[in-house]
Amino acid sequence: MSKPDYVYTIYIRSTPQKVWDAITTREFQKQYFGFPLASDWKPGLPWRMENPNAQVAGKVLEVQAPERLVFTWAETDKPELGTSKVTYEIKQVGDAVCLTVIHDQLSEGMAARISVGWPRVLSSMKSLLESGAALDMGAMKKGDCAA
Amino acid sequence: MSDDKVFKALADASRRQLLDRLVKQTGLTLNQLCEGHSMSRQAVTKHLKLLEDANLVVTVRQGREKLHYLNPVPINGIHMRWIGKFERARLDALHNLKQALKEKNDE
Repeated sequence: MSKPDYVYTIYIRSTPQKVWDAITTREFQKQYFGFPLASDWKPGLPWRMENPNAQVAGKVLEVQAPERLVFTWAETDKPELGTSKVTYEIKQVGDAVCLTVIHDQLSEGMAARISVGWPRVLSSMKSLLESGAALDMGAMKKGDCAA
Repeated sequence: MSDDKVFKALADASRRQLLDRLVKQTGLTLNQLCEGHSMSRQAVTKHLKLLEDANLVVTVRQGREKLHYLNPVPINGIHMRWIGKFERARLDALHNLKQALKEKNDE
């Protein structure tokens, strides 16, 4: 196993199933990603971001609802950037969910493109799911979220 | 409030330096983070704990090693709280201008 390139985590006051739905449902994706992702989310099937400005797509590798989703991530019109891998991990921690995104196997060019995007996507997902409720991080212990 | 932990964690030059290291190179071990630092191993461990509590650093276990990553998500949360969607592009432009002028001065 190679070392992951980027690891992002966020605590969301929600349930694993709701976070899973936010990750895999078009209506939710549109709100925090900006665009829906077209896929049936089954291993081996393709997925594609319905974004008129970027050709982001890949293949679903692993589906374990509501805990783990792994897929490849590539820009089909920029093959020189290579194919990377995204892993979503969902863990219940107390009355909240720790959501981790691991993006690895990134080329340098792709790393520059994704490292701005994920923090924004995760922050948006959090506000969407919590609808403005504040989160008490004090209740969570260090390491609860460790992958 | 989780924001308090983030601000407290950021209000220290040594901790900001540790985050700077993790921007340049992701997935460093404690040993690697201690290298080239005047701080003791104990002090680095203490600072990392504060950064982890604020969710600014996350760790991944790989075999016997614990790898450290910068997690910029809480900083983005603060950013989103005060910076509107439409101001972002103009602020980015200002920041880029400042960087470009700084580089020119450094030449």
